[in-house]
Amino acid sequence: MSAGPRKKLMYLNRRAPGGTIYAVEGLEVVLIGAAFDQDVCMAFVGDGVYQLKAGQDTSDSGVKNFSPAYRALGDYDVNRLYVERESLEERGLGVDDLMPLTWEDEDDDWAEKPSIHVVDRAELARLIDAQDVVFNF
Amino acid sequence: MTVLHTVNKSPFEKDSLDTCIAHALDGSTVLLIEDGVYAATRGTVVEPRVRDAMQRMNFYVLANDCKARGLGEDTLIDGIGRVDYGGFVDLVTGHDSVQSWL
Repeated sequence: MSAGPRKKLMYLNRRAPGGTIYAVEGLEVVLIGAAFDQDVCMAFVGDGVYQLKAGQDTSDSGVKNFSPAYRALGDYDVNRLYVERESLEERGLGVDDLMPLTWEDEDDDWAEKPSIHVVDRAELARLIDAQDVVFNF
Repeated sequence: MTVLHTVNKSPFEKDSLDTCIAHALDGSTVLLIEDGVYAATRGTVVEPRVRDAMQRMNFYVLANDCKARGLGEDTLIDGIGRVDYGGFVDLVTGHDSVQSWL
């Protein structure tokens, strides 16, 4: 693949983890796309915030629990996960209800840093506007 | 005639729950399953509507679907019953019919 300009890509997640395949397929695309060395971030809006809910356990449901895969994002240099504050509040959730996702900063002696950034709706709108491409799941 | 209503969609994404509540008679039973269980959690913008409906109807959640979504028993609105798959079957057999609000 030719080394074109590095693009700013955002994966915008709007659906709950279960019920549809949007969330799991969206995460697959992120992990695949991470191999192409682009400037990648993710955003979680609406029911998408439920994808990051801590404590998901499908052992009594007969379906695969893919939520642990979000912990791998940091290893793929996907370390900016923007979660919309209003979406959390509408659902009675706070950042403490989410998985404590982190990444290791090689430019800072591998310090472990949080990947989740809670942003308000206006700020997220500006972030979306700043992207070259937004993939909407 | 008693009816068991099931709702499997998130109340934030679809109007299935609101339509169910608007058309279910007093004394009906509402069982929240799949993404419908999000309506059973405390502190949401949906909670007042659920609490209001609970004055007229019996509400249950499928505990397996709560567990899958990381919704612990302590996060649910007081007064909503929790059933497992066996309890789901008991609710079905205990009512005259089932309406699925998809």
